[in-house]
Amino acid sequence: MSDKKVSELSRRGFIKVGAGALAAASMPMFFIKDAWVAKDFRNNPKGAASVKFGFNVPQTGAYADEGADELRAYKLAVKHINGDGDGGMMNTMKPLSLKGNGILGKKLEYVTGDTQTKSDAARGSAKRMIEKDGVLMVTGGSSSGVAIAVQGLCQEMGIIFMAGLTHSNDTTGKDKRRYGFRHFFNAYMSGAALGPVLKKEMGTNRKAYHLTADYTWGWTQEESIKNTTEALGWTTVETVRTPVGAGDFSQYITPVLNSGADVLILNHYGKDMINSLTQAIQFGLKDKMVDGIQFEIVVPLFSRLMAQGAGDAIKGILGTTNWNWSLQDEGSKAFVKSFGQEYGFPPSMAAHTCYVQALLYADACERAGSFYPPEVIKQLEDYDFDGMGNGPTLYRGADHQCFKDVLVVRGNANPSSQFDLLKVEQVVPSAQVTYDPKIFGGELGPYEV
Amino acid sequence: MSKTLLRNDWVVMALFTAAVLSMPLWLAPIGAGYPDLLQKFAIFGLFAIGYNILFGLTGYLSFGHAVFLGVGSYTAVWSFKLLTMNVLPAVLFSVLMGGLFAVIIGYLSLRRSGIYFSILTLAFAQMSYNMAYSVLTPITNGETGLQLAKSDPRVIDALFIEAGEGLPSTDLFGMQMSGYPGFYFCAVLLIIGFFISLRIFRSPFGLKLLAIKSNQTRMLYTGFNTRPYLLTAFVISGMYAGLAGALMAVTDPLAGAERMQWTASGEVVLMTILGGVGTLIGPLLGVGVIKYFENIFSALNVDTLHQIFSFLPDWLENVVVWISSHFVGEGWHLTLGLLFMVIVIFLPGGLMEGFQRIGSALRNLFKRSEAVAAQPSEKE
Repeated sequence: MSDKKVSELSRRGFIKVGAGALAAASMPMFFIKDAWVAKDFRNNPKGAASVKFGFNVPQTGAYADEGADELRAYKLAVKHINGDGDGGMMNTMKPLSLKGNGILGKKLEYVTGDTQTKSDAARGSAKRMIEKDGVLMVTGGSSSGVAIAVQGLCQEMGIIFMAGLTHSNDTTGKDKRRYGFRHFFNAYMSGAALGPVLKKEMGTNRKAYHLTADYTWGWTQEESIKNTTEALGWTTVETVRTPVGAGDFSQYITPVLNSGADVLILNHYGKDMINSLTQAIQFGLKDKMVDGIQFEIVVPLFSRLMAQGAGDAIKGILGTTNWNWSLQDEGSKAFVKSFGQEYGFPPSMAAHTCYVQALLYADACERAGSFYPPEVIKQLEDYDFDGMGNGPTLYRGADHQCFKDVLVVRGNANPSSQFDLLKVEQVVPSAQVTYDPKIFGGELGPYEV
Repeated sequence: MSKTLLRNDWVVMALFTAAVLSMPLWLAPIGAGYPDLLQKFAIFGLFAIGYNILFGLTGYLSFGHAVFLGVGSYTAVWSFKLLTMNVLPAVLFSVLMGGLFAVIIGYLSLRRSGIYFSILTLAFAQMSYNMAYSVLTPITNGETGLQLAKSDPRVIDALFIEAGEGLPSTDLFGMQMSGYPGFYFCAVLLIIGFFISLRIFRSPFGLKLLAIKSNQTRMLYTGFNTRPYLLTAFVISGMYAGLAGALMAVTDPLAGAERMQWTASGEVVLMTILGGVGTLIGPLLGVGVIKYFENIFSALNVDTLHQIFSFLPDWLENVVVWISSHFVGEGWHLTLGLLFMVIVIFLPGGLMEGFQRIGSALRNLFKRSEAVAAQPSEKE
């Protein structure tokens, strides 16, 4: 009705306050900083003595445990980059450009935020970090939905996003972005790593039944695992979607008993996985025999925090994980040691991936000799490194996905401590889980925004 | 300023306009003067103003208003995807869609009143949320949320401009709608929305709504059919919510299902109650408090607390930081909960009641000192 009027009013208001802002000499720093930004890049630290990272993790909600562990790892990373503590993976990372005096001589500081595992809250929190606190890089998160949402925002804003725990194929597949990077593995790699092990353990003539969390991550994982197992010669009896946060899965598990299936695949994560697995075992699925074959349960994405929640139910169950604290390479040992000294218990895989991401970004800035995002991105793309816990790793330039060894694990039957819950069954070499970036589509977008 | 002056609507509007447009200046000292939070103040302000027209005037407590917010957002993003990145069609369609959904849900829910009405709206909201989350994924993109893509058709834009290299951003005839321009766009709409709400409060229609709140049976006896009035109020507030949803997409082109979750519906109820139900400004104050807590308090951590309290002696500083650290960061919900309890128990009328009490206390003080000064006490 008043199209023109609206535009005039808002523009006039804009000019009004613009003039007001100029007149007010006592404006806080960030207003003035914003005015500089237009010339070069957003949140350019220029002559400042310190730079800031934004740690955007779930502090409330279903993934708060993961978020708390991620934050611990980030604080440790900041300490190590600034040259405090014992250095952790700074001693094992190869090649390494960081000198232990911050980044490019500037001390590293950080701000934190709560994603609440909601896209809106996460984007709001990330925007606050970028607009108000002037962070150079945003990192964290424990959900693929959040990772994709924040990644999109960071692309618009021209700030690099180093994803935390996100396992969906979409993060570096159809929703990949030039400014987003993922160190964590994905559902496709889980499937590729699990395939041969499943073949060896269970043969080629199995009938699988899927229970899948009804959202993006669940679907991509179901698809990946289904493709892998069907390639082995398995048949898929049925795929059933379950609502997220269902709590009671008995109505979904009862039909499994009479379906003729002899493998149950649980595409669940967090509390859902704890509940569905515990209930499946209560229903006697694990001791069941189908046509003379032992019934099996597979949980494609495993984590130690989940294993702790599921208790005894986890014993003997197969799955994959990105990293486990019991690994014996130099990088993992150094990280577990400094994390243990700081907090008194071993880190989770979420903590590991976040710690590594922070270090990788810092190192890329040091190598680039600048904080200018396009230069930093170019340093990260197609970058080979080692000594960070998963063997030689490639940050692939075509989709910003890390390629490294994937662990196939089994719930430990005789744990020696409350943390010793997962036994590494096999380390699947990265060559076996590497795929063509074109299969998922998507576009990275421009360097300059 | 005198109270009679405040009774003049134009004075109220002038003050309100000045206060809203100068928000970046007077909110800066408390760390809230950055575009994203300012946009949220304006957007949720609109949402709460609209909600207040229903809840504040008719007393019907809807627990499902987030549906219209979500519908507005989805409509706006689809308008960006299919038609044009210009924000005006998006805003227009979202308001209409919000209104349409409100007609349907309102028509069905308003057959009941009181707690049954609340439960019905809650049921519709939860239903919409679950559908957006899973079944309707082709339209809503499920958990990931609806986002722009480079391959979107954008029919109208395609006629006039060549597509750039990256994703396009929302604009108003060439003016980008992120950052401060986005805030001013929302602020102007907030002022218009506030004006409409003010007119409704002062109109015979508003009076009838108030009559429904105070005694619906009596209203029916006098020969009024209350249903059309209720439905109109419901639809108006639904359109406000649709507008708020559209603005969320305008300032940040993404729409997620969690915008429809019951927590989002509950939030607007909290905002309204916290600020003062049925008052004009109250809901806006509630929005300010809740959004400030969510964005600023949740970001404080032990290090920032040490900086804040560094003027204290070391041992005291540690004690204070230890205590206060439980109320910030992940504890921001706790602080908000305590504040909410205090307000509900001691100030049932919300923050507005608090201000009124302070105001009348000050006036009394003033009067008494005046009376003491001019000995022969006069009563007006």
